[in-house]
Amino acid sequence: MGLPQAKLTATEARLAALAMPVQAGWTRPLREAALARVQQMGLPGRRDEYWRFTRPDELNSAAPVPAGVRPPAENATFEELDRVRIVFVDGVFDPEASDDPAQAGLEISRLAEAEGQDLSWAADLYGTLEARGQTPVPRPLAALNTAFATDGVLIRATGRVGKPVNLVYRHCDETSDAILHHVIRVESGADLTVLETGPAAARFNKVMEVDVADGGAFHHVRSQGRDHDRRAATHIFARLGEESIFKSFTLTMNGALTRNEVVIELVGDEGVAHVAGACMGDGAFHHDDTVFITHDAVNCESRQVFKKVLRKGATGVFQGKILVKEGAQKTDGYQISQSLLLDEEANFLAKPELEIYADDVACSHGSTSGAIDEDALFYLRSRGVPKAEAQDMMVLSFLAEAIEEIESEAVRDEVSASLAAWLERHRR
Amino acid sequence: MLEIKNLRASLEEEDKEILKGVNLSVGAGEVHAIMGPNGSGKSTLSYVLSGKGGYEVTEGAATLNGVDLLAMEAEERAAAGLFLAFQYPVEIPGVGNMTFLRTAVNAQRKARGQEEMDAATFLKEVRAKAKELKIDAEMLKRPVNMGFSGGEKKRNEILQMAMLEPKMCILDETDSGLDVDAMKLVSDGVNALRAPDRGFLVITHYQRLLDHIVPDVVHIMANGRIIKSGGADLALEVEHNGYADILAEVA
Repeated sequence: MGLPQAKLTATEARLAALAMPVQAGWTRPLREAALARVQQMGLPGRRDEYWRFTRPDELNSAAPVPAGVRPPAENATFEELDRVRIVFVDGVFDPEASDDPAQAGLEISRLAEAEGQDLSWAADLYGTLEARGQTPVPRPLAALNTAFATDGVLIRATGRVGKPVNLVYRHCDETSDAILHHVIRVESGADLTVLETGPAAARFNKVMEVDVADGGAFHHVRSQGRDHDRRAATHIFARLGEESIFKSFTLTMNGALTRNEVVIELVGDEGVAHVAGACMGDGAFHHDDTVFITHDAVNCESRQVFKKVLRKGATGVFQGKILVKEGAQKTDGYQISQSLLLDEEANFLAKPELEIYADDVACSHGSTSGAIDEDALFYLRSRGVPKAEAQDMMVLSFLAEAIEEIESEAVRDEVSASLAAWLERHRR
Repeated sequence: MLEIKNLRASLEEEDKEILKGVNLSVGAGEVHAIMGPNGSGKSTLSYVLSGKGGYEVTEGAATLNGVDLLAMEAEERAAAGLFLAFQYPVEIPGVGNMTFLRTAVNAQRKARGQEEMDAATFLKEVRAKAKELKIDAEMLKRPVNMGFSGGEKKRNEILQMAMLEPKMCILDETDSGLDVDAMKLVSDGVNALRAPDRGFLVITHYQRLLDHIVPDVVHIMANGRIIKSGGADLALEVEHNGYADILAEVA
């Protein structure tokens, strides 16, 4: 059965505006396969159950919607940390602004330059995890990314990498339309931290495929930009080997439309996957976290901790699923999504799901929305803290459980400081 | 110092009058105790004075050193020198005890037109005061009241009081949940803060706190009013005979 006409038309219009950036090289067949996936699935529409709470139109449209550009100083998260910066300006690598990535245990290549090189490890991965992540739910924006990505990084960690790799995204062009695809392989026993910062583009489509081998550890923290009119669709696809660790945290402070999808497969015994997010939405803001974690091995642990603070008409969405396959015994799955609604105009829509086919598991989920705790607010004010400042403290308090998921104290402090500074700037 | 005249207040949601004409005057340097049976309005009085939401003042006045308390927001009352030590201090995860306290100290200083206290001076002062109150330095690093025992929470209240140096301190059943040793520590902290220009209003159920914090005046509150006032002996009388005789006396 073919696609409905409206979806077919929208998909064709979007694809017509894009050109495959490479003619030859090892990614070409992988890109063509991804294009075929997009054509088969069609781009998402509001009628798709998986997009019920979020309108994908501005992520699909043939032309990007303009976004305001704010000074880069507004997004200075992680500046105090010793890190290796890889800078992209409107989706294009900027060698002048980037650091030399050379350090022990780390191999980094640019996707745009690597097509002609022999990078068999990356060739085995590019588009592979994305393709696996297309079932049971189609993710056509990710397949579109695989087909048309203009740049990105291929990172291979072979040992303990000392400094975090910071992917810095700057947004300068009012109508930039960036498509970045990163492939990351953490080898057995290796340890890598990747930080991401910045608004990236007026419209941003990003895919990160992460393969963590047995005993490897991958830590990921991103602080998304605060250009108010920015649109972004991001995907993380991860596959975890035995006794491996995957931890990802995202801080979002505004942005007109953000859809962050995380798809994780625990395929080796005793793997650990934690995904967390804290977001602060103010005004015309729509933020969607969609997470799908599959337990397909014994004795694995997964945690999803998502907290959203919303005000002045902002909307937050959480769709989270834990799928425990037959035989994935001793699974420990935890999922919590909570929102703090600072006024009556804010909305929170949640769809928590558990699907379990093993009989010896401990899985729990919960989702709540609530207003600010007036007793706690009074406590702070009774000590002389002005109401607006006290409210900010309550917001920080509410988001703390998600921020606590960040393992590194230094990174955690940077995220908290960044959030506190944002709140101060946007104080009512 | 603190002047309360014919104060009447109701619970907003229930339209139920709790305070039914409270008259009270606490002079500088004085310690007054308020005792009374459950539901007599003691805690409500402390909340209404410190500006908690949910109460409507229908009549009367309350001033601190001539300043109209009831016209101010909660934080302005604090800056004017009012402090309420809570019966049940709330736990606030994710907000560091020290960060909160420094924010409060500097917010009050700013409101009074004073220069803000720098981090080093604050740290030095808070450490010295914590040591006097036998508060572990590790406790200061924790989020506000998180994981504190009942006694630790009350000591933390007194530490806040010591740092904020208020003019008028209200202690709302500070003795509840304290063992004998903790009560001694908290009382010593309060006594150390007694000063000629500072007043105290100690709300309590029992005489035992008043063994440590000896009051100048004891008031008995019932049914939203002060029904009897006297010296420290009045608390002993309550301890021996309960409230029944006093209630019968004024009935």
